[in-house]
Amino acid sequence: MRFLRRFFIRLSNFATGRRADQRACEEIAEHLALQKKEENLRAGMPPAKARMQAALKPGAAQAIRERHNAEQGLPLAENFLLDVRYAFRMLHRSPGFALIVIATMALGVGATTAIYSVIDATLLHPLPYPNPSELVRIEDDLPGVGAQDVSVSIPEWRDLENSGIFQYVALDYFASMNLTGSAQPTRIAYKGVTPNYFAMLGVGAQLGRTFDPGDNTPAFNLELVLSDGLWKRAFGADPRILGKTVRLDNDVYHVVGVMPPGFRDQGSSSEERNMDLWVAGGFAAPPFPPPLRNSRFGTAFARLKPGLSVASAQAHIDALVASLKKQYPADYPAQAAWTIRLIPLAETLVGNLRQSLILLFGAVCLVLLISCVNVANLLLARASARGREIAVRQALGAARMRLIRQLFTEGLLLFILGGITGFAVLFCARKFLLQFVPDSLPRLNDISISWGVLAFAMVVSVAAGTIFGLAPAWLTSRLNLAATLRQEGRGSNGSRQRSRLRHALVIGELALSLVLMIVAGLLLRSFWDLFKVQLGFNPGRVMAIEAWLPFPNDPKTDIYSTATQESVLLREVLRRNRTLPGVEEAAVGDRAALPLGHVKDDLNMFPLIREGQDVQSSQPPLIDTSIVSPEYFHLLGMTLLRGRLFVDQDLEDTPSIAVINQAAARAYWPDQDPVGKRVRLVRLRVAKPDWTTIVGVIADARTESLADAGIPQVYLDIYQHIAKDLAFFLRGPVDPAAISAQVRTQIQSVDSQLPVFRAETLDDVLSSSLSVRRFSMEMVALFAATALLLAGLGIYGTISFLVNEQSREIAIRLALGAQRSHILGMVLRQGLTLAAAGAGVGLVGALIVSRLIGSLLYGVSPYDLSTFAVVTAVLTAVAIAASYVPALRAMHLDPITTLHSE
Amino acid sequence: MQGTLVLMVLKTLDVLGPQHGYGIARRIEQISGDLLAVNQGTLYPLLLKLEHEGSIVSQWGASENKRRARFYRLTTTSRKQLQAEARDWEQTAAIIARFFEVQAEDLP
Repeated sequence: MRFLRRFFIRLSNFATGRRADQRACEEIAEHLALQKKEENLRAGMPPAKARMQAALKPGAAQAIRERHNAEQGLPLAENFLLDVRYAFRMLHRSPGFALIVIATMALGVGATTAIYSVIDATLLHPLPYPNPSELVRIEDDLPGVGAQDVSVSIPEWRDLENSGIFQYVALDYFASMNLTGSAQPTRIAYKGVTPNYFAMLGVGAQLGRTFDPGDNTPAFNLELVLSDGLWKRAFGADPRILGKTVRLDNDVYHVVGVMPPGFRDQGSSSEERNMDLWVAGGFAAPPFPPPLRNSRFGTAFARLKPGLSVASAQAHIDALVASLKKQYPADYPAQAAWTIRLIPLAETLVGNLRQSLILLFGAVCLVLLISCVNVANLLLARASARGREIAVRQALGAARMRLIRQLFTEGLLLFILGGITGFAVLFCARKFLLQFVPDSLPRLNDISISWGVLAFAMVVSVAAGTIFGLAPAWLTSRLNLAATLRQEGRGSNGSRQRSRLRHALVIGELALSLVLMIVAGLLLRSFWDLFKVQLGFNPGRVMAIEAWLPFPNDPKTDIYSTATQESVLLREVLRRNRTLPGVEEAAVGDRAALPLGHVKDDLNMFPLIREGQDVQSSQPPLIDTSIVSPEYFHLLGMTLLRGRLFVDQDLEDTPSIAVINQAAARAYWPDQDPVGKRVRLVRLRVAKPDWTTIVGVIADARTESLADAGIPQVYLDIYQHIAKDLAFFLRGPVDPAAISAQVRTQIQSVDSQLPVFRAETLDDVLSSSLSVRRFSMEMVALFAATALLLAGLGIYGTISFLVNEQSREIAIRLALGAQRSHILGMVLRQGLTLAAAGAGVGLVGALIVSRLIGSLLYGVSPYDLSTFAVVTAVLTAVAIAASYVPALRAMHLDPITTLHSE
Repeated sequence: MQGTLVLMVLKTLDVLGPQHGYGIARRIEQISGDLLAVNQGTLYPLLLKLEHEGSIVSQWGASENKRRARFYRLTTTSRKQLQAEARDWEQTAAIIARFFEVQAEDLP
């Protein structure tokens, strides 16, 4: 209590700057006067002597005043302010030094903060919903048949809802619809959800309401929720939108709500996250497939009961799965080994980006570390230049702790100024920098430079300043007073410890940059290998333009309900497209046929039932299915290995045929000829599919993933099977800017209700499929280059410093007749020793780190010898180049001037 | 010495009533038979500290020299505190004294 009272009085005195100096002086003066009088009286001394005696007894009045003042305020804080003022003056006096240090730290902190802001938005706060930790994704796996995440069937969904584990279990799928009625038919990405979807997410509408979670309509309930974006775009933010009707794929829906502007749907692609429209239904009556246990449909999400952990929920689920297996043995055969997995929703959204982001953060932390080391090194170098100043201060009675505090304040100030600068630059350049972030990053729109990010930058700067500012301050204050003063400003030899620390710092810096460079080298090689990979198809000069046929809920209103009806449209559109300027070939397929450009989702993975091997209920393997026109294979340059491709004579009323790739042949008909085998593909909205005969095998092509050539594929003929999400492929020297409008005119002159959207060249699709890899490779390469530059500067600084320190020795050697080339060699050898030590340590570190990033590499071993060798050579070359300049200076030293100047 | 000096200052003010700094120092020296010399470099910061802690209050008054001097006096709360601390001190002193009285042969 009393301590606190005293502290607050001192604090307020300090803050208000109130001083009772006058009072102290007066009290001391009165004290002396009283004392003088009394002593005079007592000893009868002559007055002059008595006054001296009186003054001597209590000690120096000045010191008393200082102590009095110290009690009055907070000396620690006052000294700190003094130190800061002094530090500013010192920095002002050597602006070059200050600039270099601040720029280095700004680079380190700015880069780290930039990556942190991305991580903050994606990894740390991935879900913009209340209580995000309760949200899980439910994945059904059939490990027995090698199938993962096979969706949930409607009866299973009901079981989950009734299990008592969850507050809500919702299903969703996402697809496209045509929004007609406005000037230009538009294709809209929508999500079909169960009515409890928004209740599960815990988000309400800004206008109207979301779906009623208690709604039990088995088919679509014909209610519609709009995104804020679409409401403004297509409906002019009409405040009376509620209850209005909207025609989607010829079906009439009425609007019940508009979501708030900041609402982002969950999902792993940017398309899903920027969803514009939601419709709800029970997923159990047409147009949905019949609700059977083995008819898997939709992705399930759930909100756990409050307080239930994912692990304990998983235990309940395991029990539920076991009892269901017993109850329905025919639906869950033992060999399929059906399981249900709960995954925290936050984890599923970031997916494989997590690794890339962690890699980037690791890389940027290394850069930060290197910049800190560099600054620490600079501070040490400066300390030796200030040796005399420190010695004089010590000689005048400065306590060591006081000196350390002052030097530390100077260092810390530099780090903080650097951090602030870095943050300011980042803040100003955020718009510019965000362009480089690939679109596929989740929550890209939510990346912001927030208070949290600012706090991060400040914490990082202060922490770095504390760690890397304290050691130089400690070592600087520790000098041999007499020796330093006697040297009178001749290049001091510095303390042995200090030079040892400097060498260790440079070696560390070199090692860290070697690690970064090797990681960058390995990523670069992976990227290059991927880029140069044999695609198995030819994307050159191919343009893909997408369209969407309506899919009304009532099949009777669908004018494209059979493949024959659709083929009239497709043949006519293809014929017209071939007449467009520059078009040499044209083909059409569904969106799954678009190489590398489609999101892998449930809607193009179908169970493959092999005749004589599988039955539908035995959980057959899922296979990637595309529907294409006969010209597709030739247009993309895919090679036929066996059998035949589709021909014009294959029609809806002729036997259904399919082409598979080699990987499918290997996987499902090992050691057999697949041509002539019959399969059933259980597709959505087709209750009882016909037997399909495999007529040909094509070579593997990397149409699904650049990194994986062997993904089984099956192709169906678009003239035998309806496809609603269309991609038109055009090969030839077309004008990419004009072609979209030309194709739209052609398509809409056949059917004016069809939306045409997204025209891309396959080369663009290809390169954007590499965007995340390219981004992380470029960033790491940038960081590595920065690290190399900093390490080069570090070694340059250290060797220059050594040359300075040894200039007397070198001059004497030269005066005694040493060869100049010998001096050059001597200095270079010092640089090389440092480089060799740094490379040695760095190689060990790189071996560890490269194993950690193994999963991010493609086609290159984590211990790739050539990468390691080249990078080490580059680092050594840079080290030699950086030592060469000071070595030249040493060589051209004039012995007479040097020795005279001493 | 800091702790005991606090006690001496408080006790002096308790006995003599309001006093200025010199008076306190002089009194302590007298009581100690000039064995203790109170350094005003220690005394004045200590007085300020006690004032901040609320044990004493001060105001300007006239000294014997007919000049301005700062007079310190105890507050009511500190009087009680002084009594408690004096008891503590007596106890401590008694314990220490007993330690010095005990001879080796006295031990059982």
